[in-house]
Amino acid sequence: MIPILFLAFAAVLVVSSLLVILHRSPVASALFLVLAFCSLAAIYLLLHAEFIGLVQVVVYAGAIMVLFLFVIMYLNIGRDVESGVTILLRRALGWLLGAALLAEGALLLGRGVAPGPVAPEAVPAVAGNTQQVGLLLYSRYLFPFELTSIILLVAMIGAVMIARGRRDAGPAPGAGSPPAPPAGPEPNGPGTPEDAS
Amino acid sequence: MMAALTALWQDPTVQLVFWTLVKLVVVLVVMLGIVAYLTYGERKVAGHIQHRPGPNRVGPWGLFQPIADILKLLMKEEFIPDQGNKVIFHLAPILAVVPALTTFAVVPVGPNFMVTDVNVGLLVFLAMSGLGVYAITLAGWSSNNKYSLLGGMRSAAQMISYELSLGLSTIGVLLLAGSLSLLDIVHAQQGVLQLGPLPLPRWFVFTQPVAFVIFVICAFAETNRAPFDLPEGESELTGGFHTEYASMKWAMFFLGEYMNMITISAITVTLFLGGWSGPWLPQSLQFVWFFVKLFAMIFLFMWVRWTFPRLRYDQLMALGWKVLLPVALLNVLATGAAVYWVGNR
Repeated sequence: MIPILFLAFAAVLVVSSLLVILHRSPVASALFLVLAFCSLAAIYLLLHAEFIGLVQVVVYAGAIMVLFLFVIMYLNIGRDVESGVTILLRRALGWLLGAALLAEGALLLGRGVAPGPVAPEAVPAVAGNTQQVGLLLYSRYLFPFELTSIILLVAMIGAVMIARGRRDAGPAPGAGSPPAPPAGPEPNGPGTPEDAS
Repeated sequence: MMAALTALWQDPTVQLVFWTLVKLVVVLVVMLGIVAYLTYGERKVAGHIQHRPGPNRVGPWGLFQPIADILKLLMKEEFIPDQGNKVIFHLAPILAVVPALTTFAVVPVGPNFMVTDVNVGLLVFLAMSGLGVYAITLAGWSSNNKYSLLGGMRSAAQMISYELSLGLSTIGVLLLAGSLSLLDIVHAQQGVLQLGPLPLPRWFVFTQPVAFVIFVICAFAETNRAPFDLPEGESELTGGFHTEYASMKWAMFFLGEYMNMITISAITVTLFLGGWSGPWLPQSLQFVWFFVKLFAMIFLFMWVRWTFPRLRYDQLMALGWKVLLPVALLNVLATGAAVYWVGNR
């Protein structure tokens, strides 16, 4: 039963991920990404990682993708522009990064290793998975956790400063240089959501 | 042949799947029935609040009104906008109904009846309420209509804003119950809480009153009910996100709204009002208490809808971000400190 379900969700995941990059309409791409996140969550559930699986839906599908969709609809982006030097550059960069990632994955798979300890303790398969995640997060991985929080805070303050600075006409004093995407009210062409992705 | 069928029937997986399907059908049928009569109930409540009788022509006391309404909706002409995105236009009404129904799978209705006890039930609820945004946003966008798009935009902004406070307000309950499973949360609310001379049931509404108020306010916003029904806003958006929808597709949005109302009321009852726990009734009949509390919550929803004016958009955002979110965060902090203090005393 579980292998069949895994294969089904994995197939949905692969197909929808491909459609994210192959579909012409940005809204459809975003929706296929939502579907990909949901099937990934289902695979997590099959692995008894309930907490991770549902947080995946809450955070990525329920919050982040809604904002993506919001921006796409707000700027009313139609079909992808198929000409110009930017699209060439973007495409080349995409192929390069994709190839690098694929090579990396193939290398790790070939060596049979994964980065970092995957399962340091025998994870109980039935219940208490959430407690395990919490315990590990706040003991062994406390430093990376806090570091991530600070990075997110910096990005958030940066976005607010950029948005404010534009309205006040003039560079805001003390604004740091976090490369946050421009979250300002003025759209600057169809480049914004693609850059963010 | 028979032997093979018997063997298949004895298989625990088959048994589980079969009984789960039976429970799902029961939930679906009961929900549809309740929704049909909630429309009647809402019109009656609205009528009496506005000092008029409400529907009273079809059948005794107008009791057949929902049937007439459904028949009318089925007969209506279907309209599909020419320039819109047709696939998404058809998909959106389905997305309005599915999350609400899915959440009900983890709600413990009685000690003996819930579809399934998931150890992350609370997260299932939060995930599904997060996915509920898509229906309205996509409906607004795919209609290719300015009013619809504005309604969809408003709903996306509103639901994202209020979801945060909704999630944060449940953390207080989570800290006290020590579990994400809704069944465990109900079990944690059994017994009596002695508050001075006053014996109260040990419901989280008494230990987490701030969280309860925030949760209910956010519940109004999440279900797009007045005073937070800006995505519809008849007077300014001519119906908002569902302007272009007619016939059964419109009915699906209506169904979704009412199912969301039932689901979020059921979650409120489970998290704050002790679920099915109540006095006097034997174990097998305790689900009656669940329904009593559920309908009390739904009545609250209707009461608020017909007595409060709609908020202005900037007021809505200010309330969400500048009032509810900080208060919810403070509540988490205070509850955490209290739990720590009690645990280490």
